[in-house]
Parts: sequence; structure tokens; C-alpha cells
Amino acid sequence: MDFTLDKKHEMARALFAEFAQNEVKPLAQEIDEAESFPRATVEKMQKYGFMGIAIPKEYGGQGCDPLTYVMCVEELAKVCGTTSVIVSAHSSLCCDPILNYGTEEQKQKFLVPLAKGEKLGAFALTEPGAGTDAQGAQCKAVEDGDSWVLNGSKCFITNGKEADIYIVIAVTDVVEDKRGRKKKLFSAFIVEKGTPGFSFGAKEKKMGIRASSTYELIFEDCRIPKENMLGVRGKGFAEAMHTLDGGRIGIAAQALGLGEGAIDRTIEFVKERKQFGRAIAAFQNTQFQIADMATRMQAAQYMVYAAADAKKNKRVFSVEAAEAKLFAAEAAMDVTTKAVQLHGGYGYTREYDVERMMRDAKITEIYEGTSEVQRMVISGNLMA
Amino acid sequence: MKIVVCIKQVPDTKGGVKFNPDGTLNRAAMLTIMNPDDKAGLEAALRIKEANDDVEVTVLTMGLPKAEDVLREAMAMGADKGILVTDRVLGGADTWATSTTIAGALRNIDYDLIITGRQAIDGDTAQVGPQIAEHLALPVISYAEEIKVDAAAKTVEVKRQYDDRYHMLKVSMPCLVTALAELNEPRYMTPGGIFDAFDKEITVWGRNDLKDVDDSDLGLKGSPTKIAKASDKVRKGAGEKVALDPKESVDYIMSKLNEKHVI
Repeated sequence: MDFTLDKKHEMARALFAEFAQNEVKPLAQEIDEAESFPRATVEKMQKYGFMGIAIPKEYGGQGCDPLTYVMCVEELAKVCGTTSVIVSAHSSLCCDPILNYGTEEQKQKFLVPLAKGEKLGAFALTEPGAGTDAQGAQCKAVEDGDSWVLNGSKCFITNGKEADIYIVIAVTDVVEDKRGRKKKLFSAFIVEKGTPGFSFGAKEKKMGIRASSTYELIFEDCRIPKENMLGVRGKGFAEAMHTLDGGRIGIAAQALGLGEGAIDRTIEFVKERKQFGRAIAAFQNTQFQIADMATRMQAAQYMVYAAADAKKNKRVFSVEAAEAKLFAAEAAMDVTTKAVQLHGGYGYTREYDVERMMRDAKITEIYEGTSEVQRMVISGNLMA
Repeated sequence: MKIVVCIKQVPDTKGGVKFNPDGTLNRAAMLTIMNPDDKAGLEAALRIKEANDDVEVTVLTMGLPKAEDVLREAMAMGADKGILVTDRVLGGADTWATSTTIAGALRNIDYDLIITGRQAIDGDTAQVGPQIAEHLALPVISYAEEIKVDAAAKTVEVKRQYDDRYHMLKVSMPCLVTALAELNEPRYMTPGGIFDAFDKEITVWGRNDLKDVDDSDLGLKGSPTKIAKASDKVRKGAGEKVALDPKESVDYIMSKLNEKHVI
């Protein structure tokens, strides 16, 4: 077991860190304040291959590994939670399922432009009446000739209005089990923006990641060509869950970066801020708080990197991903809260980055499976 | 068309500067970056490669074995090949010994255009590029702020920066151009470029691979320059910030200057 990054991963980290400092950090506060999607940044990330890091080269990607992708999300999140989740949702939740379940034609048509960053991706599972409880889902697709006709809505969709290609999970069949209970079966579809019958509902006004485009998607007799069904009919739920296993590593990396970024900002602040004639860094309370914060994030980093390694080497990595997300998200919430506390009154103002980081950290405990769902996944696997 | 870009791994001044007892830089102990002028030169070469067919960009550096990192970085940006010239006997070289060494390496390969940075941020001499051209009997244009290549006519057009004017110069290849950091905004590496760069071989040459050079012109022994003294910059204190209106500020500054007997 080797805890040292090799030279190529070190160089990749240096690249992401430099890009984040020069191109992302200067905009973080402004886009949060204005709730404006950082389109220009996404175009720069496209130019440098950040939108297809772990996708093989034959499908337009960079041919790197999950660890490299994780470090990209982490370094972006150190300076901007919004920018990091744009990459994460696009890569983990849209590119990955097409890579894993798509036909060769689907990969050529949809994955290649996604991995090149020419198109932006999104993933739509959650509905107003169905989040954690998937059986409550109402959005359905009915077979009609050469098409599937999609009706219903999806909510809280990241990259919502900005994306070009959406993976939409819908009910396609209802079966009865041995006891006569009805069970919905799901299938996944690739839906392109501009398809007639596909429109957007309200934009969510959020606490954090405010520049992320979070929208409701509405489908009214939206005809999807049959060849756009992704994966196997009726297996959409399992495919979505496997996709979310990967997505959770991305969100864990986001949480990791938010916590680490908050520590960076706090160390700068406590060295500058003077009380009672000394920098507050000289007080033992400050030192102990920083030590605890750094220890938690270091542990989170090991777990997130281990989950990325599991994704590279194992077919099933649900537990590793759930543990990494659970731990990193709760660590990020705790660490960013402590960062605000160490900033005192300044930390509560929108002048200082830690205020935004604390708001951004909260969502990592909620989306792509709440912390409670992660605990269900972990214990469910351990006690199966 | 073959372009060779000479690059140098220099100390990242953000990480502090460390010296050997003889006054030369302790490069092994410092964080490093690609010299900014060289990086602009590399970017210019990569743009020429993108705009023309059949252009090959080779990066060459002389340094410690760890200077391999700067070649990998250049390859991750898009350079095709990397050559590292490294040998214990080449250490401690001044500009004369360095340019002799690099010219000796360049005699082994084909080139149409050699690009170097104007100067390195560690030595600030701006001598190595023009000296290489002298050793190889090539025309040289220094301080390039714009480089245009006409591959068919085998010429290079350069906008040369002077203090108060620009010169537009046209020269036949092969030739050498020294680049300014202002030439362009160098691109970032790409993640895939980094992975590819580590899959490629880097050519490593030592003293015995240098062509037509004399031992008396190499390394510390072959360096006419002797460093009398070198030191890090003395760091300034944090200073004092005050928030006063303009009139009070003037009074405050005057009182401070008086207090320190400056006036």
C-alpha cells in the first residue's frame, strides 16, 4: 500500500490547482452573489479536457483514471463549490452511464461530444414526490411505434437548464410480485435539449452552490426515439444506483475540496487577525481547532482516494463510495462551520469565502443520496 | 519542419531561494517552475505546430536529473519529444559553459528553428540564447514579441521589442529566436497530455554525447564567470496600515518620517 501520489498524478494536481487559482477563484464570489452559471469557465475547462478526464480517448476523453478526475473536482471545490459540481454531475452522472450502458452508436453520438466538453450533461432521477423512495416516481415512458412517449417531471436537476444531454429515468413497466404487490420498473433514456415536449420549470433558489443551474424538467408527450433507451428495459433503477455510486465519489471529492479550501482560507486569516495584541493563530484554541479540521480532512482524503481506486479496480464499489461521501460531507460541514467560527464576525459576512463554503458544504450531505441514505447503503451491504 | 525549444527549470521564487556555499543556486532544494520566457517560447512553437503541417517540436533542457519534470510538463502541453542533457561534469556552468553544452547537444539533431527564452528568472543574463546562435553560426533575433513562420519560404518574421520601438525582421531558417514572456499566454497542460507525457521516453545525454566541444569549456571549470557574493532579498516587514482621511494621513506620515529622522 502506497500513500504517495506518483509523479503524473502530482503533475495533474498541480495543473488543476493552478487552473483553479487563476481561472475559477477570481469568479467564485461574484457568480455566487449573482447566481450566474459560469459558462466562460466551462468553456475553458472544455478546452483543457476537464470535462472528460476519466473517459477513454476513443470516446473523446482524456484517458485518465478516476483518481485524476477526483483530484480535479477536489481542487475546483477548494475555491468554488459550484464549478466543481458542474464537472461532477456532467462526468459521473451523464458521461459514465453512457460509457457503462450505451451502445456503440450511443457512445459515438452522445458520449464523444460530452467527453470533449462540446456538450454538457445532466442526470434526472429525483421527482417532486420521489427522492430517496424511488417507488414513488410518477414520470413514465410509454412505448408508441418507434418512440417512447415521456410524461412527468423531474426536480432539483443539476446543470438543469445549461445541459444539452440528459439521462432521464422513467417508469416503463409495472409488474406484480408473488404476493400480488405492484412494483414499478424503470428504464433510462437519453434526452436531448430541444426535443419537443421537453421544457423547464422553475429555477431553484438555493442556500449554496448558487451559481449551479438547478431546474425542474417537464416532459409533456415528449417523444424519444427508441434508440435513445440507455441500457436494458426495466433495469433503469439498478443502472441509476450504480451511476450514483460513481456520482457519490464526485460529491465526496467536492466535500473534500470545500473542507480543505476552508482550512486554507482560515490559516491565512488567523495569521493576519490580531486580538489582545497577538495573531489569533498564537492562541492554543485556534491551533487545536486547525489541527482537528486538518485531521478530519486528511482522513476524508484517504477515503475519497480509496473509493476512486476501488472504482478503477472493482466492479462494485457501493460501500467505498457511500462511506467516502458520508464521511467527507459530514467532515466538510463540520470544518466549514469551524472555519466560520474562527473568522468570527467576518466569517458571517459574504466578504469572506468561508461563509460561501459553509453554505456550499451543506448540500454535500443531501444530494446524490443524503447522509442517511449512505448509512442505509453501507449497513445494507454489510448485513445483507 | 523541426523546432527545438530550449527550456530551463528555474526556482519558483514563491518557495524561497537557497544557495550552495560557492554562491551558486542549490537547485535540488528548491521548488521549481518552467522559466516564463521559455514557456512563452514553447507556446509560440506549439502555435506554429497547430497552424502548419508536419511540425515537430522538441524540448531540450540542461540540468539536474530532476529537470526531467520540466520536459514532461512541456510534453504535457504538447511538445513531441524531450531531451535532457545532464552530467556531473556539466554542473556549475555559467552562460558560456551552458551555451557551449547546449550547442554541443544541438549539433546532434536537425532543426529549422531554435527558440529560447530571452532570459531565465534565476540568472537574468539573457546571454545563453544569443551565445548558442554564435556557437552554431546561426542568425539570431532576440526579444521576440511576435513570431510568424512561412514554412514554404522557410522564413521567420519576428516583431522585436525595443525600449521605444519595434523592429519587424525577416530571417531565413535555420535561425534562433529568443522569446519574451509577453509573446503570448501559454496554455495549460491537459490531464490526458500529462498521462501521455509519462508514457513517452525522454532522451538523456551526458558529456560524451555532446558534439565538437572541449572539456575546458564545460561545467564550473569552463566557466569564466565567478560569483563573488549572492544573497536572498532581505524581507520587508508587514508594514503598518492606518485608515485616516487624506489630511490626517499626511500629518501621520510626516510625524513618522520625523520620528525616524528621515526629514
